[in-house]
Amino acid sequence: MCPSQPNCAERRRIIPVVATALSLTHLGSLMRGVRSVDEVGADERAASLAKRSIKKASKLWALDLAVRCMDLTTLEGSDTPGKVTALCAKGIRPKPGDATIPSVAAICVYPARVADAVAHLSGSNVRVASVATAFPSGQSFPSIKIAETEEAVRAGAHEIDMVIDRGAFLSGDYQRVYDEVVAVKEACGTAHLKVILETGELGTYDAVRRASILAMAAGADFIKTSTGKVQPAATLPVSLVMMEAIRDFVRETGRPVGFKAAGGIRTSKQAIAYLVVLYETLGSGWMTPDLFRLGASTLLNDVLMQIDKERTGVYQSGDYFTID
Amino acid sequence: MDVRKTYKLFVNGEFVRSESGRAYRPDGSVNVPRGSRKDLRDAVRAARTAFPAWAARTAMNRGQILYRAAEMLDSRGAQFIGLLGGGAKARREVDQAVETLVWYAGWTDKLPQIAGTVNPVAGPYFNFTLPEPTGVVGIVAPGEPALAGMVRRLAAALCGGNVVVALAPESRPLPALTLAEVFATSDFPAGVVNVLSGQRRELLPWLAAHMDVNAIDVAGCTLDEVKAAEAAAADNVKRVIKVTADEASPYLITAFMEMKTVWHPIGM
Repeated sequence: MCPSQPNCAERRRIIPVVATALSLTHLGSLMRGVRSVDEVGADERAASLAKRSIKKASKLWALDLAVRCMDLTTLEGSDTPGKVTALCAKGIRPKPGDATIPSVAAICVYPARVADAVAHLSGSNVRVASVATAFPSGQSFPSIKIAETEEAVRAGAHEIDMVIDRGAFLSGDYQRVYDEVVAVKEACGTAHLKVILETGELGTYDAVRRASILAMAAGADFIKTSTGKVQPAATLPVSLVMMEAIRDFVRETGRPVGFKAAGGIRTSKQAIAYLVVLYETLGSGWMTPDLFRLGASTLLNDVLMQIDKERTGVYQSGDYFTID
Repeated sequence: MDVRKTYKLFVNGEFVRSESGRAYRPDGSVNVPRGSRKDLRDAVRAARTAFPAWAARTAMNRGQILYRAAEMLDSRGAQFIGLLGGGAKARREVDQAVETLVWYAGWTDKLPQIAGTVNPVAGPYFNFTLPEPTGVVGIVAPGEPALAGMVRRLAAALCGGNVVVALAPESRPLPALTLAEVFATSDFPAGVVNVLSGQRRELLPWLAAHMDVNAIDVAGCTLDEVKAAEAAAADNVKRVIKVTADEASPYLITAFMEMKTVWHPIGM
């Protein structure tokens, strides 16, 4: 397949076990069968849904859901055990002294910080998500990606956020992408697998839809928009395209796949817009942390401030909320 | 050709219509945007974002920018005289406004010497006090004098490094809105000065209660409004500045400042 690559033997050793899950010809016909996306239509629909006004009680309900569906994230080179501890505390009880604010869905960290998060979240219902497979670029050896996944799961991660190999996807090597997702899914064991498409690097909505179908066919439990390290990150139209792919996939196979929007979501208004698109595309059944997540590092405080604004009727200040 | 001007709000360095799309006619002829609480919210957010960089500017640089505002105002003197009704009184008011800006421009780097102190303390400490900007300041400008009043309140707040969200006088907003054009061309970073027009009863309660506003200058308020503003301001212990004096004074700058005292060990 690739005799010039020194890692080829290694790749063969790991991949062939699962590569038979879907043969190349089947994968080809699957990919060819993916219908193309009406770009103008998608943009237009997302823009019109974003205009919907959600106020008062509905807004409070939506904000509460946004907190429950949030993957509170820190993915910095400068992450320390202390920072992860602080984030975990915030994840369990977003607003100290106010038990009416629910815990977030998960804390999302780098693999090396998983153990720190697990130690501080035990006994809570907040889960630990770990990025893996050479996040954020995905440009590493398959064996290393799988080993990283296994290590993260062993360290206690309940959820794995993997990145697809965009280089392979863009050069048309769908088989390689597919095999990798299958292999990582296997390495996850019981852990949930979220597959990051990094839509900002895929170029077109057609590619996004194709990558979504590919990831779901390979066994993804969730498909996720972005790493947050590439601009543009999550956008509403791209999310709409991915949700429609999920809807079509569920119609075909009956297996519900979750959706995670991540990257660049900083305000409550944006978060509510995602919930509106979610509701209109996948329905109320998806409005649960089991099937929808918002990945964000700086969204939580804005949501808390909006909740306080709704409750007190007074515009809030970041000075009175914990630093995130 | 007679090109009629659309007056707009000044928020985050941009001239915008009210998000509500509303307008009102203060004097029966010109449409002026009727700002909503959401415009106010946007203005406060812009001001909060602009605050750290503006406070970190050197005093000299802030002085230069205030001086530039004086130059811009002076060069558009005729326009303002027209807006104020013309005549000797209007001319005097514009001159006064220019002088106020120049005067406060000079104070930026002299204030710490006057308001700051070295405190004698019974211990091996070097103890000194310095004025620091309070943060986001809401200003309710007086209707009379419509231009000079606004300039006095704004210049005093900006001089010390505060950022401002100003409500133009409801009945005479045109000089204040036009003054925003002066600030827009004076090198003030976006968000440092924000000017809103509209009905005071729609804006003042939100400004006074806003948790992210650190001080409110009620120079243009009626007694009832002051009382309501004080009650609303209590939630985040907002500084309520009540000055009636219409002359300029360095003590009017310190009204917008907080005093920071530092204890520095010596001889150890």
